[in-house]
Amino acid sequence: MARLARLGLRDEEKHSLRGELESILAYVEKLQELDTSGVAPTLGSGNERPVLREDAVTNQERGHEMVAGAPDPDDTFLRVPKIIE
Amino acid sequence: MNLHDASTFTVAGARRSLDAREFSATELTRALLDRISRVEGNLHALLAVTGERALADATRADQRIAQGESAPLLGVPIVLKDIFATRGIRTTCASRILENFVPPYDADATRRLAEAGAVLIGKANMDEFAMGSSNENSAYGACRNPWGLDRVPGGSSGGSAVAVAAGEALASLGTDTGGSIRLPAAFTGVCGMKPTYGRVSRYGVIAYASSLDQVGPFARTVEDLAMVLGIIAGHDPKDSTSAVVDVPDYHASLTGDIRGLKLGLPRQYFEGGLSEDVERAVREALEVLRARGAELVDIDLPHTPYAVATYYLIATAEASSNLGRYDGVRYGHRTDKVTNLLEMYRETRVEGFGPEVKRRIILGTYALSAGYYDAYYRKALQARTLIRQDFEEAYKLCDAIITPTAPQTAFRLGEKASDPLSMYLSDVFTNSANLAGIPGLVIPCGFDTKKLPIGLQILAPSFAEATALRAGDAYQKDTDWHLQAPDLPGGLK
Repeated sequence: MARLARLGLRDEEKHSLRGELESILAYVEKLQELDTSGVAPTLGSGNERPVLREDAVTNQERGHEMVAGAPDPDDTFLRVPKIIE
Repeated sequence: MNLHDASTFTVAGARRSLDAREFSATELTRALLDRISRVEGNLHALLAVTGERALADATRADQRIAQGESAPLLGVPIVLKDIFATRGIRTTCASRILENFVPPYDADATRRLAEAGAVLIGKANMDEFAMGSSNENSAYGACRNPWGLDRVPGGSSGGSAVAVAAGEALASLGTDTGGSIRLPAAFTGVCGMKPTYGRVSRYGVIAYASSLDQVGPFARTVEDLAMVLGIIAGHDPKDSTSAVVDVPDYHASLTGDIRGLKLGLPRQYFEGGLSEDVERAVREALEVLRARGAELVDIDLPHTPYAVATYYLIATAEASSNLGRYDGVRYGHRTDKVTNLLEMYRETRVEGFGPEVKRRIILGTYALSAGYYDAYYRKALQARTLIRQDFEEAYKLCDAIITPTAPQTAFRLGEKASDPLSMYLSDVFTNSANLAGIPGLVIPCGFDTKKLPIGLQILAPSFAEATALRAGDAYQKDTDWHLQAPDLPGGLK
């Protein structure tokens, strides 16, 4: 799970998480008592009537401001470690 | 409103005093900044005090007042949970991973409050990424309950609640995903409301669980909540889940007339585990409402026992996805130990997230993973349908539902910190409203034998906030629990 979640957990974290998750999973197991045959899943909140808006760029002139908080900005780009060895 | 007595700190009272020129917005702001400097050392309700911004806002408000303008929040000092983006003001979500994050834009709620003339006086402490029921999961230290400094204020919006309870601000905003406004309101003796899902825009609100998160206000009175909700509610084109539903005049709905209003009592909320003091206070509150003409009816919400399990599966699944964005690329912390891209993600995240956030990401990843998806996530989505249907059936019999907010009053700091499951169970009476998308109001209804506040929860059908507010306001016309303030260290009232 840690690998899927991209979390480089330390050994001691893995150890304590294992015990905690076991007790949480034992608790949520009670859902299995419920007969849900034929019950439709609620997707989203069930309330939404999504309203779409125009997919328009509205802040192009603020590019530098948008990346100013990035760990490693370069002009209006973001620098990351080499991807292809 | 008396500047030296927090029990008189109401938005409505401040507005009357400002309009009558009893004091200026600048004087009010300075008085609160002074209080903050005296009480924060004990409470830690705020992660940032925005003094300069507050005084600039107050000056502008005073100019508008001088021109004869009168508006519901004009010149009123408020606090925002540190989950709301504030342009140019650091927004951490109480996480190390956003320690240096300065948003380049305002949340919709931030913008609406600023345009209404509210004075931003600080950013409130909270559980990291709104994950917690005690405010102990803040990466910057716990917040304390002013009614007992050894007690938690509830979470996750603990700082927002304490800021109002201790008179650091007249109102505040929080967010509520599973009870994060209502539990702190109950534990600190203030009013709080989680509106209907979609009632308030979440644009610029850092996401935790997107099918559950909702923005809402804290204040000392229901009338004040109505004033704040009227400003922040309404459709926002930048949040496609914000509803296109007219915003009623909430303030006008506070008629005091609840004759014939049918209030449902779900038997499942009064069975087992409820402390004697909480049950007594809730029963007494019901008598007050009945004396005003409300009718009490017994109802059933049979799937209540499954709400916590359903909530924690859905919320963590959504969180595991939402928090994927913290990867050290676009904003926030990046590890120094960069070797390759994958290592950068793994190290950035393990360094930046606290223990509860990691726990929920792992649980959510598990619930969504191949082989467990049907047993956990899909099952929880089906249980959610059953919980929603419980409320649909119940609202055929009543106009609103009355319950306790939590089985107990505020617990001690550290009491549940080492047992995540017992912490999750603090939300047993609040999770259902988020799963059903309905609004919930919490108002103070008494104290336990240790003089810790007790909160009454009033749940209404979707978009019927006005019904809950009318009932809560009617109750406050006959009681004064909401006008009691804790004695603060240093002899402050």
